[in-house]
Amino acid sequence: MSFYILRRILYAIPIAFGVSVVCFSLVYIAPGDPLQTVMPPDATAETIAIVKKAYGFDKPLPMQFLIWLGRVLTGDFGMSISTRRPVFLEVSEALANTSLLALFAVPLAFFTGYVMGAIAGCFPGRWVDRLVTGAAVVGVSLPNYWLGIVLVIFFAVEYMLLPATGMGPTGSTGFHILEWSSARFLVLPVITLSMIPVGILSRTTRAAVAEVRNQEFVQTLRAKGLSEWAVTRHVLKNSLPQVMAVMGLQFGYLLGGSILVETVFTWPGSGFLLSKAIINRDVPVLQGTILTLSLVFVATNLVVDLLQSLIDPRIRRA
Amino acid sequence: MADIAELRKPLEAFEEQVAPATRVRGYWQSVLYRLRHDPVTLAFGAVVLLIVVLAIVAPLVAPFDPYKESIVGRLKPFGWHEHLLGTDELGRDMLSRLLYGGRVSLLMGVVPVLIASIVGGLLGIVGGFAGGRINTAIMRTMDVFYAFPSVLLAVAIAGAMGGGIGNGMVALTMVFIPPMCRVAETATTQVRALDYIEAARATGAGPIKIIRYHVLSNVLGPVFIYASSLVSVSILLASGLSFLGLGVRPPMPDWGLMLSTLRQSIYVVPFVCAVPGVAIFVTSICFNLVSDGLRAAMDVRI
Repeated sequence: MSFYILRRILYAIPIAFGVSVVCFSLVYIAPGDPLQTVMPPDATAETIAIVKKAYGFDKPLPMQFLIWLGRVLTGDFGMSISTRRPVFLEVSEALANTSLLALFAVPLAFFTGYVMGAIAGCFPGRWVDRLVTGAAVVGVSLPNYWLGIVLVIFFAVEYMLLPATGMGPTGSTGFHILEWSSARFLVLPVITLSMIPVGILSRTTRAAVAEVRNQEFVQTLRAKGLSEWAVTRHVLKNSLPQVMAVMGLQFGYLLGGSILVETVFTWPGSGFLLSKAIINRDVPVLQGTILTLSLVFVATNLVVDLLQSLIDPRIRRA
Repeated sequence: MADIAELRKPLEAFEEQVAPATRVRGYWQSVLYRLRHDPVTLAFGAVVLLIVVLAIVAPLVAPFDPYKESIVGRLKPFGWHEHLLGTDELGRDMLSRLLYGGRVSLLMGVVPVLIASIVGGLLGIVGGFAGGRINTAIMRTMDVFYAFPSVLLAVAIAGAMGGGIGNGMVALTMVFIPPMCRVAETATTQVRALDYIEAARATGAGPIKIIRYHVLSNVLGPVFIYASSLVSVSILLASGLSFLGLGVRPPMPDWGLMLSTLRQSIYVVPFVCAVPGVAIFVTSICFNLVSDGLRAAMDVRI
């Protein structure tokens, strides 16, 4: 077991390295001189020369990468062009706000998707299965930013039940999750964000449960005289590893999908930061946010793999 | 007599035994047969066809010029002065812009998937067939791109390159190559281990010939089905990019971009603002269902 964990962690390192290479090269695929992309447009020639030397832009590319990697590892992501604040600060503040959204959206999406899929998988071909399958297709085909707009139109514009955008009433200091005046700002973004994962997850769970139900050991369980409920428990447990793999991926899509949803709701999270960075052509912020989010994604997948191997010993031997 | 049918039953069963199926369907015939008996897929396929045709003939059917602005006719509700779907924030006819917008949206849905299928498919076949180090090199590189959530990767590439239709397509292509490569690689690896490949090799067939005649036909099915399921993802992602200002540039009509600019006006004409999203949603769900139907009809497992 410990060997498997070690191997899996070792495998994540080259992936993380590759991710950082891709993020590093983002500055270079941007049109124009890379130095210009990371400097404010009004910087003097003198400052540019200083930065060029200090940040190693005069060295060969592999050296530049190592210097950049060294800085990133010590938490120095460079300076934001538009706010002139350290990118690390901007990203960590935004990530905290996104985590708040994810804290509610992930359990909601996973629970709803799993329950829907499991019920559908247990009654293949019945009306409940058709209903869930239909709902799942709708879920995966919905542009979530549009869903956000529609929810705003109904709940904020037409009926004025919930706030349309932002994170807390104007003039409020900080976000207090226990107070309804703050928490109500979470409702619409969380629902919007969880829609696509619910669709994908209920689809996967349905397929996994239906597949396990067709295996021979289920017949054996029935032949042994187990109650239908006990059989279902076995089926659900055996379909879990497959579902968990998709959950890990969905966590990443939630992070990625947050960019559109946060933009619609002007929720000051990492996605909103990204979309601001795009509008301002703020490449250091773009780079820092993408790097952070993808590393979070790599780490989540690692955790999911390890959890999977805890549940299903067959994976460890593979 | 009513029992005559009852009496004939064992006879028919016997006849079936001595004379098995007289008509054996080929693969494509059975695919067609299954498709013909799948009304859902046929219906949604017809809608897809309708959307494609409408986008092509947009200049002929659009009631107004999609670029024609009007100061007095801004943000009007459905049915205002022959503007069936109202007007946008610059007074342009929504229906006409919707029809024209379908062109860009469909293009951005199909072209990246097409290029990614070719590039990713080839990489996957080469990796799967060569095995060993080449396989490791290709697949581990793909793993790196897998480590990015797809929306994030598209936004990163398009964001760094600076938007526009071309850059958006490049970004989407980059997003779709890794999963496509994985599908092709899996299919190739499965076929490669089969005996008849070994037999072909024994008769002196070179790798190109084996790939051409034995591997490709087994890989194309999964690749095609997977590509068809990616079209709706591509449409969603492309309109998402436009929504963020990374895809189509104004004033060109595009569903994602229309949604983004109309978002400011939800307090004025809420339902007009939701229209472009309906178009994206309907197109995406139709492509999804057709892809599901094709997968079932072609009996492909990915």
